[in-house]
Amino acid sequence: MPDLGLEVLWKGKNAARLLGGLWTALRISLISVAISIPLGILLGVLMTRKNRVVRALLRFYLEFIRIMPQMVLLFLAYFGTTRAFGWNLTGETSSIIVFTLWGTAEMSDLVRGALISIPKHQYESSEALGLSKAQTYWYIIIPQTIRRLLPLSINLITRMIKTTSLILMIGVVEMLKVAQQIIEANRTASPNAAFGVYLTVFLLYFIACWPISLLAKHLEQKWR
Amino acid sequence: MTVLNWEFIAKYLPLYREAAWLTLRLGLIGIALSILIGLICAIVQYDKVPVLRRIVGAYIELSRNTPLLIQLFFIYYGLPKLGIRTDPASCGIAGLAFLGGSYMAEAFRSGLEAVDAVQLESAYSLGMTKWQAMWYVILPQAASISVPAFMANVIFLLKETSVFSAVSLMDLMFTAKDLIGLYSKTTECLFLLVVFYLLILLPVSILGSVLERRLRHAGFGA
Repeated sequence: MPDLGLEVLWKGKNAARLLGGLWTALRISLISVAISIPLGILLGVLMTRKNRVVRALLRFYLEFIRIMPQMVLLFLAYFGTTRAFGWNLTGETSSIIVFTLWGTAEMSDLVRGALISIPKHQYESSEALGLSKAQTYWYIIIPQTIRRLLPLSINLITRMIKTTSLILMIGVVEMLKVAQQIIEANRTASPNAAFGVYLTVFLLYFIACWPISLLAKHLEQKWR
Repeated sequence: MTVLNWEFIAKYLPLYREAAWLTLRLGLIGIALSILIGLICAIVQYDKVPVLRRIVGAYIELSRNTPLLIQLFFIYYGLPKLGIRTDPASCGIAGLAFLGGSYMAEAFRSGLEAVDAVQLESAYSLGMTKWQAMWYVILPQAASISVPAFMANVIFLLKETSVFSAVSLMDLMFTAKDLIGLYSKTTECLFLLVVFYLLILLPVSILGSVLERRLRHAGFGA
Protein backbone atom coordinates (compact mmCIF):
# COMPACT_ATOMS: atom_id res chain seq x y z
CA MET A 1 0.00 0.00 0.00
CA PRO A 2 1.66 3.24 -1.06
CA ASP A 3 1.58 6.27 1.23
CA LEU A 4 -1.59 8.15 0.30
CA GLY A 5 -0.93 11.13 2.52
CA LEU A 6 -4.20 10.75 4.38
CA GLU A 7 -2.58 11.12 7.82
CA VAL A 8 -2.35 14.92 7.50
CA LEU A 9 -6.13 15.07 7.89
CA TRP A 10 -5.80 13.95 11.50
CA LYS A 11 -3.10 16.46 12.36
CA GLY A 12 -4.30 19.38 14.41
CA LYS A 13 -7.66 20.69 13.27
CA ASN A 14 -7.16 19.91 9.60
CA ALA A 15 -10.29 17.80 9.16
CA ALA A 16 -12.42 20.40 10.94
CA ARG A 17 -10.90 23.16 8.79
CA LEU A 18 -11.75 21.28 5.60
CA LEU A 19 -15.33 20.84 6.76
CA GLY A 20 -15.41 24.53 7.64
CA GLY A 21 -14.38 25.25 4.05
CA LEU A 22 -17.19 23.04 2.81
CA TRP A 23 -19.60 24.92 5.04
CA THR A 24 -18.49 28.25 3.52
CA ALA A 25 -19.28 26.87 0.06
CA LEU A 26 -22.61 25.44 1.20
CA ARG A 27 -23.57 28.66 2.99
CA ILE A 28 -22.89 30.78 -0.08
CA SER A 29 -24.91 28.49 -2.32
CA LEU A 30 -27.81 28.18 0.13
CA ILE A 31 -28.06 31.97 0.59
CA SER A 32 -27.98 32.43 -3.19
CA VAL A 33 -30.59 29.74 -3.78
CA ALA A 34 -32.85 31.24 -1.11
CA ILE A 35 -32.77 34.61 -2.89
CA SER A 36 -32.87 33.16 -6.42
CA ILE A 37 -35.99 31.06 -6.03
CA PRO A 38 -38.51 33.84 -5.23
CA LEU A 39 -36.85 36.24 -7.70
CA GLY A 40 -36.75 33.54 -10.37
CA ILE A 41 -40.43 32.74 -9.88
CA LEU A 42 -41.26 36.43 -10.24
CA LEU A 43 -39.21 36.86 -13.42
CA GLY A 44 -40.47 33.57 -14.83
CA VAL A 45 -44.07 34.69 -14.45
CA LEU A 46 -43.18 38.06 -16.01
CA MET A 47 -41.68 36.23 -18.98
CA THR A 48 -44.98 34.60 -19.83
CA ARG A 49 -46.60 38.05 -20.03
CA LYS A 50 -47.41 39.54 -23.41
CA ASN A 51 -45.45 42.78 -22.92
CA ARG A 52 -42.72 42.72 -25.58
CA VAL A 53 -40.34 45.20 -23.92
CA VAL A 54 -40.33 43.31 -20.62
CA ARG A 55 -39.86 40.04 -22.43
CA ALA A 56 -36.98 41.34 -24.56
CA LEU A 57 -35.19 42.78 -21.52
CA LEU A 58 -35.57 39.58 -19.52
CA ARG A 59 -34.51 37.53 -22.52
CA PHE A 60 -31.31 39.58 -22.85
CA TYR A 61 -30.51 39.20 -19.15
CA LEU A 62 -31.19 35.48 -19.24
CA GLU A 63 -29.15 34.81 -22.38
CA PHE A 64 -26.17 36.87 -21.25
CA ILE A 65 -25.97 35.23 -17.83
CA ARG A 66 -26.42 31.74 -19.22
CA ILE A 67 -23.94 32.05 -22.03
CA MET A 68 -21.08 33.41 -19.92
CA PRO A 69 -19.02 30.94 -17.91
CA GLN A 70 -19.67 31.51 -14.22
CA MET A 71 -16.00 32.19 -13.74
CA VAL A 72 -16.22 35.15 -16.13
CA LEU A 73 -19.22 36.48 -14.19
CA LEU A 74 -17.26 36.17 -10.94
CA PHE A 75 -14.38 38.11 -12.49
CA LEU A 76 -16.75 40.76 -13.82
CA ALA A 77 -18.24 41.26 -10.38
CA TYR A 78 -15.06 41.01 -8.34
CA PHE A 79 -12.58 42.86 -10.58
CA GLY A 80 -14.80 44.62 -13.12
CA THR A 81 -17.52 46.34 -11.13
CA THR A 82 -15.18 47.29 -8.29
CA ARG A 83 -12.94 49.00 -10.80
CA ALA A 84 -15.70 50.62 -12.83
CA PHE A 85 -17.85 51.86 -9.97
CA GLY A 86 -15.14 52.26 -7.36
CA TRP A 87 -16.84 50.26 -4.63
CA ASN A 88 -15.49 47.53 -2.44
CA LEU A 89 -16.75 43.97 -2.59
CA THR A 90 -15.39 41.05 -0.64
CA GLY A 91 -14.97 37.82 -2.54
CA GLU A 92 -17.83 36.31 -0.61
CA THR A 93 -20.25 39.15 -1.39
CA SER A 94 -19.31 39.09 -5.08
CA SER A 95 -19.91 35.36 -5.24
CA ILE A 96 -23.30 35.68 -3.56
CA ILE A 97 -24.23 38.43 -6.05
CA VAL A 98 -23.08 36.37 -9.03
CA PHE A 99 -24.71 33.16 -7.87
CA THR A 100 -27.94 35.00 -7.16
CA LEU A 101 -27.98 36.62 -10.60
CA TRP A 102 -27.19 33.28 -12.21
CA GLY A 103 -29.63 31.31 -10.06
CA THR A 104 -32.39 33.82 -10.76
CA ALA A 105 -31.81 33.51 -14.49
CA GLU A 106 -31.84 29.70 -14.40
CA MET A 107 -34.83 29.58 -12.07
CA SER A 108 -36.86 32.02 -14.17
CA ASP A 109 -36.27 29.87 -17.23
CA LEU A 110 -37.41 26.77 -15.33
CA VAL A 111 -40.54 28.58 -14.14
CA ARG A 112 -41.29 29.83 -17.64
CA GLY A 113 -40.84 26.32 -19.05
CA ALA A 114 -43.09 24.81 -16.40
CA LEU A 115 -45.78 27.44 -16.93
CA ILE A 116 -45.93 27.14 -20.71
CA SER A 117 -45.89 23.34 -20.47
CA ILE A 118 -49.33 23.43 -18.85
CA PRO A 119 -51.77 22.85 -21.69
CA LYS A 120 -54.32 25.52 -22.46
CA HIS A 121 -57.23 23.15 -21.91
CA GLN A 122 -56.44 23.11 -18.20
CA TYR A 123 -57.33 26.81 -18.03
CA GLU A 124 -60.34 26.38 -20.28
CA SER A 125 -61.69 23.35 -18.41
CA SER A 126 -61.48 25.14 -15.08
CA GLU A 127 -63.27 28.10 -16.56
CA ALA A 128 -65.94 25.78 -17.90
CA LEU A 129 -66.30 24.31 -14.42
CA GLY A 130 -66.98 27.81 -13.12
CA LEU A 131 -63.75 28.32 -11.17
CA SER A 132 -62.64 31.90 -10.66
CA LYS A 133 -59.22 33.08 -11.89
CA ALA A 134 -57.73 32.80 -8.38
CA GLN A 135 -59.24 29.36 -7.87
CA THR A 136 -57.88 28.19 -11.23
CA TYR A 137 -54.36 29.19 -10.25
CA TRP A 138 -54.59 27.90 -6.69
CA TYR A 139 -56.18 24.51 -7.35
CA ILE A 140 -55.19 23.69 -10.92
CA ILE A 141 -52.16 25.54 -12.25
CA ILE A 142 -49.87 26.02 -9.24
CA PRO A 143 -49.97 22.39 -8.02
CA GLN A 144 -49.07 21.12 -11.50
CA THR A 145 -46.34 23.72 -11.92
CA ILE A 146 -44.77 22.83 -8.58
CA ARG A 147 -44.63 19.16 -9.50
CA ARG A 148 -42.69 19.97 -12.63
CA LEU A 149 -40.57 22.62 -10.97
CA LEU A 150 -39.47 21.09 -7.68
CA PRO A 151 -37.09 18.39 -9.01
CA LEU A 152 -35.48 20.91 -11.36
CA SER A 153 -35.00 23.54 -8.66
CA ILE A 154 -33.47 20.95 -6.33
CA ASN A 155 -31.03 20.13 -9.11
CA LEU A 156 -30.20 23.82 -9.31
CA ILE A 157 -28.96 23.60 -5.70
CA THR A 158 -26.44 20.88 -6.57
CA ARG A 159 -25.30 22.83 -9.61
CA MET A 160 -24.76 25.83 -7.38
CA ILE A 161 -22.81 23.85 -4.78
CA LYS A 162 -20.57 22.49 -7.53
CA THR A 163 -20.02 25.95 -8.96
CA THR A 164 -18.92 27.31 -5.57
CA SER A 165 -15.63 25.50 -6.16
CA LEU A 166 -14.78 28.41 -8.48
CA ILE A 167 -14.82 31.08 -5.77
CA LEU A 168 -11.31 30.03 -4.83
CA MET A 169 -10.29 32.03 -7.90
CA ILE A 170 -11.54 35.30 -6.43
CA GLY A 171 -9.86 34.73 -3.10
CA VAL A 172 -12.60 33.21 -0.96
CA VAL A 173 -11.20 30.68 1.50
CA GLU A 174 -13.36 27.64 0.84
CA MET A 175 -12.63 23.94 0.92
CA LEU A 176 -10.19 23.83 -1.98
CA LYS A 177 -8.19 26.75 -0.61
CA VAL A 178 -8.01 25.10 2.82
CA ALA A 179 -6.86 21.92 1.08
CA GLN A 180 -4.07 23.83 -0.65
CA GLN A 181 -3.00 25.37 2.66
CA ILE A 182 -2.93 21.99 4.38
CA ILE A 183 -0.88 20.44 1.56
CA GLU A 184 1.50 23.38 1.49
CA ALA A 185 2.03 23.30 5.27
CA ASN A 186 2.84 19.58 5.24
CA ARG A 187 4.97 19.59 2.11
CA THR A 188 8.04 18.06 3.79
CA ALA A 189 6.35 15.89 6.43
CA SER A 190 3.96 14.16 4.04
CA PRO A 191 4.86 14.82 0.42
CA ASN A 192 1.97 12.67 -0.79
CA ALA A 193 -0.66 14.78 0.98
CA ALA A 194 -1.88 16.19 -2.37
CA PHE A 195 -3.38 12.82 -3.26
CA GLY A 196 -5.20 12.16 -0.01
CA VAL A 197 -6.40 15.69 0.59
CA TYR A 198 -7.69 16.30 -2.93
CA LEU A 199 -9.36 12.89 -2.88
CA THR A 200 -11.06 13.89 0.38
CA VAL A 201 -12.23 17.18 -1.13
CA PHE A 202 -13.55 15.30 -4.16
CA LEU A 203 -15.47 12.87 -1.96
CA LEU A 204 -16.80 15.63 0.31
CA TYR A 205 -18.25 17.45 -2.69
CA PHE A 206 -19.79 14.15 -3.78
CA ILE A 207 -21.26 13.53 -0.31
CA ALA A 208 -22.73 17.05 -0.31
CA CYS A 209 -24.32 16.81 -3.76
CA TRP A 210 -25.29 13.17 -4.18
CA PRO A 211 -28.18 13.01 -1.67
CA ILE A 212 -29.67 16.17 -3.19
CA SER A 213 -29.48 14.72 -6.72
CA LEU A 214 -31.04 11.48 -5.51
CA LEU A 215 -33.90 13.41 -3.95
CA ALA A 216 -34.46 15.31 -7.20
CA LYS A 217 -34.42 12.09 -9.21
CA HIS A 218 -36.80 10.41 -6.79
CA LEU A 219 -39.30 13.30 -6.96
CA GLU A 220 -39.05 13.41 -10.73
CA GLN A 221 -39.95 9.73 -11.03
CA LYS A 222 -42.67 9.89 -8.41
CA TRP A 223 -44.43 12.84 -10.02
CA ARG A 224 -43.95 11.95 -13.63
CA MET B 1 -17.12 54.48 -16.10
CA THR B 2 -13.80 54.61 -17.80
CA VAL B 3 -13.54 54.77 -21.56
CA LEU B 4 -11.86 51.76 -23.12
CA ASN B 5 -8.24 52.10 -24.14
CA TRP B 6 -8.37 50.78 -27.72
CA GLU B 7 -4.61 50.84 -28.18
CA PHE B 8 -4.21 48.40 -25.33
CA ILE B 9 -6.96 46.22 -26.74
CA ALA B 10 -5.36 46.13 -30.19
CA LYS B 11 -2.00 45.27 -28.68
CA TYR B 12 -3.20 42.29 -26.66
CA LEU B 13 -5.82 41.01 -29.08
CA PRO B 14 -3.44 38.36 -30.52
CA LEU B 15 -2.83 36.96 -27.02
CA TYR B 16 -6.54 36.48 -26.54
CA ARG B 17 -6.89 34.95 -29.99
CA GLU B 18 -4.20 32.43 -29.10
CA ALA B 19 -5.98 31.66 -25.83
CA ALA B 20 -9.38 31.33 -27.48
CA TRP B 21 -7.85 28.89 -29.94
CA LEU B 22 -6.54 26.80 -27.03
CA THR B 23 -9.93 26.86 -25.31
CA LEU B 24 -11.63 25.81 -28.51
CA ARG B 25 -9.14 23.08 -29.38
CA LEU B 26 -9.08 21.43 -25.95
CA GLY B 27 -12.83 21.92 -25.61
CA LEU B 28 -13.57 20.20 -28.91
CA ILE B 29 -11.26 17.24 -28.22
CA GLY B 30 -12.80 16.90 -24.76
CA ILE B 31 -16.32 17.04 -26.18
CA ALA B 32 -15.50 14.46 -28.86
CA LEU B 33 -14.24 12.09 -26.15
CA SER B 34 -17.30 12.86 -24.01
CA ILE B 35 -19.56 11.84 -26.89
CA LEU B 36 -17.68 8.57 -27.26
CA ILE B 37 -17.80 7.80 -23.51
CA GLY B 38 -21.41 8.95 -23.33
CA LEU B 39 -22.49 6.73 -26.21
CA ILE B 40 -20.82 3.66 -24.72
CA CYS B 41 -22.28 4.32 -21.26
CA ALA B 42 -25.76 5.00 -22.66
CA ILE B 43 -25.78 1.77 -24.66
CA VAL B 44 -24.50 -0.22 -21.67
CA GLN B 45 -27.32 1.16 -19.56
CA TYR B 46 -29.96 0.78 -22.26
CA ASP B 47 -28.94 -2.79 -22.95
CA LYS B 48 -28.71 -3.53 -19.20
CA VAL B 49 -25.31 -5.25 -19.50
CA PRO B 50 -25.00 -7.04 -16.10
CA VAL B 51 -21.85 -5.88 -14.23
CA LEU B 52 -20.82 -3.02 -16.51
CA ARG B 53 -24.13 -1.35 -15.87
CA ARG B 54 -23.32 -0.90 -12.15
CA ILE B 55 -19.87 0.48 -12.92
CA VAL B 56 -21.30 2.93 -15.44
CA GLY B 57 -23.97 3.96 -12.93
CA ALA B 58 -21.36 4.64 -10.26
CA TYR B 59 -19.21 6.60 -12.73
CA ILE B 60 -22.16 8.77 -13.77
CA GLU B 61 -23.12 9.61 -10.19
CA LEU B 62 -19.53 10.33 -9.22
CA SER B 63 -18.85 12.56 -12.19
CA ARG B 64 -22.15 14.45 -12.13
CA ASN B 65 -21.95 15.27 -8.45
CA THR B 66 -18.45 16.74 -8.32
CA PRO B 67 -17.12 19.97 -9.83
CA LEU B 68 -14.69 19.93 -12.76
CA LEU B 69 -12.22 22.10 -10.86
CA ILE B 70 -11.86 19.46 -8.14
CA GLN B 71 -11.56 16.68 -10.73
CA LEU B 72 -8.77 18.62 -12.44
CA PHE B 73 -6.95 19.28 -9.16
CA PHE B 74 -7.14 15.60 -8.31
CA ILE B 75 -5.84 14.53 -11.73
CA TYR B 76 -3.17 17.20 -11.95
CA TYR B 77 -1.84 17.40 -8.38
CA GLY B 78 -3.14 14.22 -6.74
CA LEU B 79 -2.51 11.44 -9.24
CA PRO B 80 1.23 12.21 -9.80
CA LYS B 81 1.76 11.04 -6.20
CA LEU B 82 0.77 7.59 -7.41
CA GLY B 83 3.07 7.94 -10.39
CA ILE B 84 0.40 8.95 -12.93
CA ARG B 85 1.74 12.15 -14.45
CA THR B 86 -0.10 14.24 -17.05
CA ASP B 87 0.81 17.43 -18.86
CA PRO B 88 -1.67 20.30 -18.44
CA ALA B 89 -3.32 19.85 -21.83
CA SER B 90 -4.04 16.14 -21.44
CA CYS B 91 -5.16 16.76 -17.86
CA GLY B 92 -7.67 19.34 -19.08
CA ILE B 93 -8.94 17.03 -21.80
CA ALA B 94 -9.14 14.06 -19.42
CA GLY B 95 -11.06 16.12 -16.87
CA LEU B 96 -13.48 17.46 -19.45
CA ALA B 97 -14.05 13.97 -20.89
CA PHE B 98 -14.59 12.54 -17.38
CA LEU B 99 -17.18 15.22 -16.62
CA GLY B 100 -18.74 15.37 -20.08
CA GLY B 101 -19.05 11.61 -20.52
CA SER B 102 -21.70 11.34 -17.83
CA TYR B 103 -23.66 14.36 -19.09
CA MET B 104 -23.64 12.99 -22.63
CA ALA B 105 -24.59 9.53 -21.35
CA GLU B 106 -27.65 10.97 -19.62
CA ALA B 107 -28.66 12.89 -22.74
CA PHE B 108 -28.34 9.83 -24.99
CA ARG B 109 -30.00 7.52 -22.48
CA SER B 110 -33.07 9.72 -22.18
CA GLY B 111 -33.20 9.79 -25.98
CA LEU B 112 -32.99 6.00 -26.19
CA GLU B 113 -35.64 5.54 -23.53
CA ALA B 114 -37.99 7.92 -25.31
CA VAL B 115 -38.12 5.67 -28.38
CA ASP B 116 -41.25 3.55 -28.14
CA ALA B 117 -40.80 -0.19 -27.46
CA VAL B 118 -43.06 -0.86 -30.47
CA GLN B 119 -40.27 0.40 -32.73
CA LEU B 120 -37.88 -2.29 -31.53
CA GLU B 121 -40.52 -5.01 -31.69
CA SER B 122 -41.51 -4.01 -35.24
CA ALA B 123 -37.87 -4.02 -36.31
CA TYR B 124 -37.46 -7.54 -34.93
CA SER B 125 -40.65 -8.74 -36.61
CA LEU B 126 -39.27 -7.44 -39.92
CA GLY B 127 -36.38 -9.83 -39.39
CA MET B 128 -33.73 -7.30 -38.42
CA THR B 129 -30.88 -8.40 -36.20
CA LYS B 130 -30.30 -6.66 -32.89
CA TRP B 131 -27.58 -4.43 -34.35
CA GLN B 132 -29.57 -3.58 -37.47
CA ALA B 133 -32.54 -2.59 -35.33
CA MET B 134 -30.27 -0.46 -33.16
CA TRP B 135 -28.45 1.18 -36.05
CA TYR B 136 -31.31 1.78 -38.52
CA VAL B 137 -34.31 2.20 -36.23
CA ILE B 138 -33.51 3.11 -32.63
CA LEU B 139 -30.36 5.25 -32.84
CA PRO B 140 -31.58 7.73 -35.50
CA GLN B 141 -34.76 8.43 -33.55
CA ALA B 142 -32.96 8.59 -30.22
CA ALA B 143 -30.37 10.96 -31.68
CA SER B 144 -33.06 13.35 -32.92
CA ILE B 145 -34.75 13.35 -29.53
CA SER B 146 -31.54 14.00 -27.62
CA VAL B 147 -30.34 16.91 -29.79
CA PRO B 148 -31.54 19.71 -27.44
CA ALA B 149 -29.91 18.08 -24.39
CA PHE B 150 -26.82 17.35 -26.45
CA MET B 151 -26.42 20.97 -27.57
CA ALA B 152 -26.99 22.18 -24.01
CA ASN B 153 -24.17 19.87 -22.92
CA VAL B 154 -21.83 21.17 -25.62
CA ILE B 155 -22.37 24.74 -24.41
CA PHE B 156 -22.01 23.64 -20.79
CA LEU B 157 -18.71 21.87 -21.51
CA LEU B 158 -17.30 24.78 -23.48
CA LYS B 159 -18.15 27.04 -20.54
CA GLU B 160 -16.56 24.62 -18.11
CA THR B 161 -13.22 24.96 -19.92
CA SER B 162 -12.92 28.29 -18.10
CA VAL B 163 -11.48 26.42 -15.10
CA PHE B 164 -8.55 25.14 -17.16
CA SER B 165 -6.48 28.08 -15.96
CA ALA B 166 -6.25 26.32 -12.58
CA VAL B 167 -3.94 23.70 -14.06
CA SER B 168 -1.79 26.39 -15.69
CA LEU B 169 -3.28 26.16 -19.17
CA MET B 170 -3.10 29.52 -20.91
CA ASP B 171 -6.76 29.80 -21.79
CA LEU B 172 -8.89 32.97 -21.94
CA MET B 173 -9.35 33.12 -18.16
CA PHE B 174 -5.63 32.73 -17.56
CA THR B 175 -4.78 35.44 -20.09
CA ALA B 176 -7.27 37.87 -18.61
CA LYS B 177 -6.06 37.27 -15.07
CA ASP B 178 -2.44 37.55 -16.11
CA LEU B 179 -2.91 40.83 -17.97
CA ILE B 180 -4.98 42.31 -15.14
CA GLY B 181 -2.15 41.45 -12.79
CA LEU B 182 0.50 42.95 -15.07
CA TYR B 183 -1.10 46.16 -16.31
CA SER B 184 -4.20 46.57 -14.14
CA LYS B 185 -6.23 47.57 -17.19
CA THR B 186 -9.12 45.67 -15.68
CA THR B 187 -11.94 47.01 -17.84
CA GLU B 188 -10.16 46.35 -21.14
CA CYS B 189 -9.06 42.85 -20.11
CA LEU B 190 -12.54 41.86 -18.98
CA PHE B 191 -14.10 43.41 -22.08
CA LEU B 192 -11.88 41.26 -24.30
CA LEU B 193 -12.66 38.23 -22.16
CA VAL B 194 -16.41 38.67 -22.56
CA VAL B 195 -16.11 39.36 -26.30
CA PHE B 196 -14.06 36.24 -26.93
CA TYR B 197 -16.34 33.99 -24.91
CA LEU B 198 -19.30 35.42 -26.83
CA LEU B 199 -17.50 34.73 -30.11
CA ILE B 200 -17.06 31.10 -29.12
CA LEU B 201 -20.38 30.45 -27.41
CA LEU B 202 -22.92 32.56 -29.28
CA PRO B 203 -22.69 30.64 -32.59
CA VAL B 204 -23.07 27.33 -30.72
CA SER B 205 -26.05 28.65 -28.82
CA ILE B 206 -27.71 29.94 -32.00
CA LEU B 207 -27.05 26.66 -33.79
CA GLY B 208 -28.68 24.91 -30.84
CA SER B 209 -31.90 26.91 -31.05
CA VAL B 210 -32.06 26.54 -34.84
CA LEU B 211 -31.68 22.75 -34.58
CA GLU B 212 -34.24 22.59 -31.82
CA ARG B 213 -36.79 24.53 -33.85
CA ARG B 214 -36.27 22.33 -36.90
CA LEU B 215 -36.65 19.15 -34.86
CA ARG B 216 -39.81 20.43 -33.25
CA HIS B 217 -41.06 21.21 -36.72
CA ALA B 218 -40.29 17.63 -37.80
CA GLY B 219 -42.27 16.32 -34.87
CA PHE B 220 -39.43 15.12 -32.65
CA GLY B 221 -39.33 16.25 -29.04
CA ALA B 222 -42.07 18.23 -27.36
